[in-house]
Amino acid sequence: MATRHTLSVLVEDKPGVLARVASLFSRRGFNIESLAVGPTEHPTVSRMTIVVNVEDLPLEQVTKQLNKLVNVLKIVELEPAGSVQRELLLVKVKADLATRSHVLETVQLFRAKVVDVATDAVTIEATGTADKLDALIRVLEPFGIRELVQSGMVAVGRGSRSMSGSDTRLRPVG
Amino acid sequence: MAETLTGAQSLVRSLESVGAEVVFGIPGGAILPAYDPLFDSQGVRHILVRHEQGAGHAAEGYAQATGKVGVCMATSGPGATNLVTPIADAYMDSVPIVAITGQVPSAAIGTDAFQEADICGITMPITKHNFLVQHADDIPSVIAQAFHLASTGRPGPVLVDLPKDVLQSPAQFRWPPDLDLAGYHPTTRPHAKQVREAARLIAEAKRPVLYVGGGVLKARATAELRVLAEVTGIPVVTTLMARGAFPDSHPQHLGMPGMHGSVAAVTAFQKSDLLICLGARFDDRVTGKLSTFAPDAKVIHADIDPAEIGKNRVADVPIVGDCRETLADLVVAVQELYATGTRADLTGWWRQLDDMRERYPLGYEWPHDGSLAPQYVIERLGKIVGPDAVYTSGVGQHQMWASQFISYEHPYTWLNSGGAGTMGYAVPAAMGAKVGRPEATVWAIDGDGCFQMTNQELVTCAIEGIPIKVALINNGNLGMVRQWQTLFYEGRYSNTRLQSRRIPDFVKLSEAMGCVGLRVESKDDVDAAIEKAMSIDDAPVVIDFVVGEDAMVWPMVPAGTSNDEILAARDTRPVFGEDAV
Repeated sequence: MATRHTLSVLVEDKPGVLARVASLFSRRGFNIESLAVGPTEHPTVSRMTIVVNVEDLPLEQVTKQLNKLVNVLKIVELEPAGSVQRELLLVKVKADLATRSHVLETVQLFRAKVVDVATDAVTIEATGTADKLDALIRVLEPFGIRELVQSGMVAVGRGSRSMSGSDTRLRPVG
Repeated sequence: MAETLTGAQSLVRSLESVGAEVVFGIPGGAILPAYDPLFDSQGVRHILVRHEQGAGHAAEGYAQATGKVGVCMATSGPGATNLVTPIADAYMDSVPIVAITGQVPSAAIGTDAFQEADICGITMPITKHNFLVQHADDIPSVIAQAFHLASTGRPGPVLVDLPKDVLQSPAQFRWPPDLDLAGYHPTTRPHAKQVREAARLIAEAKRPVLYVGGGVLKARATAELRVLAEVTGIPVVTTLMARGAFPDSHPQHLGMPGMHGSVAAVTAFQKSDLLICLGARFDDRVTGKLSTFAPDAKVIHADIDPAEIGKNRVADVPIVGDCRETLADLVVAVQELYATGTRADLTGWWRQLDDMRERYPLGYEWPHDGSLAPQYVIERLGKIVGPDAVYTSGVGQHQMWASQFISYEHPYTWLNSGGAGTMGYAVPAAMGAKVGRPEATVWAIDGDGCFQMTNQELVTCAIEGIPIKVALINNGNLGMVRQWQTLFYEGRYSNTRLQSRRIPDFVKLSEAMGCVGLRVESKDDVDAAIEKAMSIDDAPVVIDFVVGEDAMVWPMVPAGTSNDEILAARDTRPVFGEDAV
């Protein structure tokens, strides 16, 4: 049965590495649900967080293929229970004098914040798990969503160990 | 000590330093700066080919015949894209080549400049790795990395794209450079516990088969393979990529598996209780319908590429490592077990296999219309030329017959396009092989369809003094496609008639290209023509063997069906001995 898997991939920060990883997924027939890339504690290393919805066997094959990419340094699968997983949401909601207080109340309830205000709309920033952000969106929808943008998921393992350290207890894949 | 050169000089010095002896290529605008210092190079010979595809296949032929990295060079845009087919071919067959391409100047990249193509993007899925060089100082390091990547681990093609301004700018040259490959660590040492577990299965199996793939040749492990085979007495099957890895004349050799494999080899897999897969990848042309392949067999799968293990068939004992080290360790581990008295009796298994071999040997019928049998031509070629020559082939019927009817006794004497199935491989690959092994006789066994794709490299051969020989199996058709039309499309021969027994005149064409051209139309002339070709050493020779168009490749497992459905000949299913072992 297909399930969601979160892969954390350390890659060398070299030109074309994102294209190599992305094209590998498409070439082997996998849909990437979300992908986020950014710098790490090491200046020459980037970290990708890739969420895929696949069965276990094809996941093993794609991680083995990923490991073969010369610029890929390490791959770890982050289990939801053993990691902190977050996405960022920016959403512009209609908010006139009649509805503004209701919108702001919702913002409070979800521990989100307002980052921009116009006469008839507010822009809200929220971080959290995909579930939490989905819930927020559902509650905001009746007010009228003007524009919505969401980041890919980033995730980090719980505890003191680091993925790039040699003492990692995180399970390397492949 | 670093020296200051130009990028182009640094490139040529790097090629010399890394040990490249020969580059097959064609110059053009963007790569032009590199050709200037190449003109003066003492260490690197450049062979000017007639089409970049020829350069790529020549690099492959050179690499497969010598075990060294083959090098090809082309300019940007169409020069580079003409290399795509041989690069894809090398990727599928794990051939170590380095392709060097010119690129438009850095400032023009992305502007759709004249002769611009994003060759790194284009070749991303068909190279082991590729580089777009941005700084001239990086050239020695990139070339060293490219050769290291191409030749180590699972070998494969690597492309280096060099913008023109990088070639022209000042460059620090330092050798040896640092290899900056933090993410590349192929596993070569097999895991001892896995080897012991494999040895236990080998010692206990009642119907084991050694399933030998091209990885055994890549690992240069044929001596170790022979020791393991002879110590255990286990039957050996060599895939299309591994022909020559184990002598065909050896009594334990059952032949080739797969779609056109021998009945004995295919049956051995289907009845086996243990496949010992060495550097092979359970390709669909070997397994047939995967779910019915070797249904009773446990699998030991040894490969240097962890991604091959479990890709198509679950492995009971996976072994990641170099085939040579794995085989050497297996021999020791199996002998230790034998010493304790653990050893299954294979007599019954061999009786069953010998029976299949005896009842279903490879064979062929003469065409009813009195024309020449293509199989006979290839069989005589193998007999007269012998096992010390190098044979290359194109793709199709002639390729299958060449794999079946020539007896390969030595490794690296059979070069072909296995995974990609690239028509037109034979002539340029033969050219590359002959350059790598000038002392060897090199025969390209080609079909008339394939030959018309890449024959222009015979001009290169004639001019550069590369006297290859071509056995052109001319049935006037795209023979393998025609065979499928005969069998699966009610004989509706849609667009497979090339009419090349009429046009072109291959003898005249060969002569026009500076070769000796011969034509053979009857059985009686076959030997004399081959002997005449063998006596000519100062020019390439082409023999146009005009053969019957209705000959078919047998045995055959129709595509997508089970190996159990193998047909020994048309409408002839073997009777499988069901006596239990």
